[in-house]
Amino acid sequence: MSTLRATIDGIGFWAPGLPSWDAALRHVRDGTLVADAPARPSPQLLAPNERRRAPETVAVALDVALAACTAAGREPAALPSVFASAHGDMTITDYMCATLASEPRSISPTRFHNSVHNAAAGYWTIGAGAMQPATAISAGTATFAQGLIEALVQLAAGADAVLLVAYDGPSVGPVAQVSPSVGLLGAALVLSRHAREGAPVLSAELGAAVEAVADATAAGALARHAAGNAMAPMLPLFDALARADARGPGDGAILSAGPGRALTVRIHR
Amino acid sequence: MAPLAIRAYTATTALGRGRDAQLQALRERRGGLRRNDLPVLAPGQEPLACWIGRVDGLEELALPAGLAEWECRNNRLAWLALQHDGLRDALADAAARHGAERVAVVIGTSTASIGATEEGYARLDHGALPTDLQRPTVHTPHSPGAFVQAATGLRGPCVTVATACSSSAKVFAQASRLIDAGLCDAALVGGIDTLCGSVLFGFNSLQLVAADPCMPFDAARTGLSLGEAGGYALLERAGAADTLLLRGYGESSDAYHMSTPHPQGLGAQLAMRDALARAGIAPDAVDYLNLHGTATPSNDSVEALAVAALFPASLHASSTKGWTGHTLGAAGIVESVIALLALEHGELPGTLNSTAPDPACGPQIRFAAAQRPIRYAMNNSFGFGGNNCSLVFARA
Repeated sequence: MSTLRATIDGIGFWAPGLPSWDAALRHVRDGTLVADAPARPSPQLLAPNERRRAPETVAVALDVALAACTAAGREPAALPSVFASAHGDMTITDYMCATLASEPRSISPTRFHNSVHNAAAGYWTIGAGAMQPATAISAGTATFAQGLIEALVQLAAGADAVLLVAYDGPSVGPVAQVSPSVGLLGAALVLSRHAREGAPVLSAELGAAVEAVADATAAGALARHAAGNAMAPMLPLFDALARADARGPGDGAILSAGPGRALTVRIHR
Repeated sequence: MAPLAIRAYTATTALGRGRDAQLQALRERRGGLRRNDLPVLAPGQEPLACWIGRVDGLEELALPAGLAEWECRNNRLAWLALQHDGLRDALADAAARHGAERVAVVIGTSTASIGATEEGYARLDHGALPTDLQRPTVHTPHSPGAFVQAATGLRGPCVTVATACSSSAKVFAQASRLIDAGLCDAALVGGIDTLCGSVLFGFNSLQLVAADPCMPFDAARTGLSLGEAGGYALLERAGAADTLLLRGYGESSDAYHMSTPHPQGLGAQLAMRDALARAGIAPDAVDYLNLHGTATPSNDSVEALAVAALFPASLHASSTKGWTGHTLGAAGIVESVIALLALEHGELPGTLNSTAPDPACGPQIRFAAAQRPIRYAMNNSFGFGGNNCSLVFARA
């Protein structure tokens, strides 16, 4: 089985009460939340009127994407991107389905084009001026693992660095009953082919899912904090990244990669 | 990139089930569009006055008992499309040779099974989805990918790509990377999209739907006709005996607007140039280009501009959306199948319904069909969000 590797050049993070990766690190260290944290992110990449109007899934995706690029010292326009979301924007799904059930000819054109799964990827490439490839994927509880795999194989195929963005928002209306998701959550990684002084290296290996991985995947502080969000399956990795920041190498996470499959991710310093 | 063999391929569209149905209809210039007769879920509402590419028989079809939890129009079409052109045998063979966990499933879609969610909202029971639709499997964008994995028993990486209308072209690129990086030895790629309220009324809200059958690149074109389709290709590392190959892919973003293409087609050009570079061929080596060609006034002009900037006048480029309608997230696979048919049979389709060429579109845009043996065929697929993908296929 081939092992994929990448340097983690930058990290972006946003969750309720934790509007940055620094806030997440503090939360893992001492359990604190940012008292006056905003209820929704305000992505600086968008023009002010678009910033207010953008769906909150787009807002969180663009916020963490820009934070990761800034942390990496990378120009956003230069990076190919992978956007991973289990459900896309459920507020828009609810709006579309409710409107179609009553007044289908009144569908809002803006809501319709925001309903595509690649809406966040589209707004990102437009806002960043990025003509690089962008993709948008979904894979149930394996969404983050499959997004990470796609980012890593893009590096293997020759990309210098890749932006991986993962996010999901709250589900609302009748569809929330079958696709539950709570709150807004987003995280982004800039992954690169090149070693960088002081930057951690991530390795990943796809294999059969194993039982009894409790130690590696026991809920960390971030996983507990945003447990109800559909993108929560990514949080064991971010807990491990936070612990690696505090404790050093050797940590990692085992991520669901689909029925009977797991992606084992290790963090090396 | 290392060339990949196309070991099996198939499509099911408004033209019928399987490759032969597509080829015959293209040869005979017999389109599959009909007046919109898709029932509207909202009480008292008439269907939009437009033409659609509907797949016959989906209403009568049922999934096998073991797959009942996946029941919905989109997954029925995914199932139907799997049953043709020896695809099941080719998948079984690949799984036997490599192991099922070494065969990836990468499926493109735009609407997934949102039609089932729409139906649930139209039949709410005291504010809740009706009991028969309380199945999480059909209310997620990953429904088609997860269904195809369950229906085929393949166990490799499984993912649904949803970049609107470029989705099932990008699956070829993603599968190529998975195979090159050693995560799998073969990949089932494909795309499925079905007609539903979201797409019909959504595109109508953008004033992009034509009242009459679509007329790509015609001076009098007014908009698109929507269609539904499913299709697949099985990719593996190429050996000496393989005759149909994926030779290149190119992906790009317009960085311009959510639902309007870059006015000079710069993103489209980037994707086409990247695909040619990866294939290691010059533009004049391409014999046939299946255009995205949606028949909306602006999309066609911009694509024609991009094509004219890159290719000599000798290129035969056409849009086949007059036959199938715009099948959205399935357009990439359907039109890749048409490009592969052109390579295999030397049948280069023309453009159906179109008679008066738009003078703004260059000599590459062909309305008449041609017959000649060819070596390279290209397929363009462009989506909302300015998401572009071009593919280069070859006959060895």
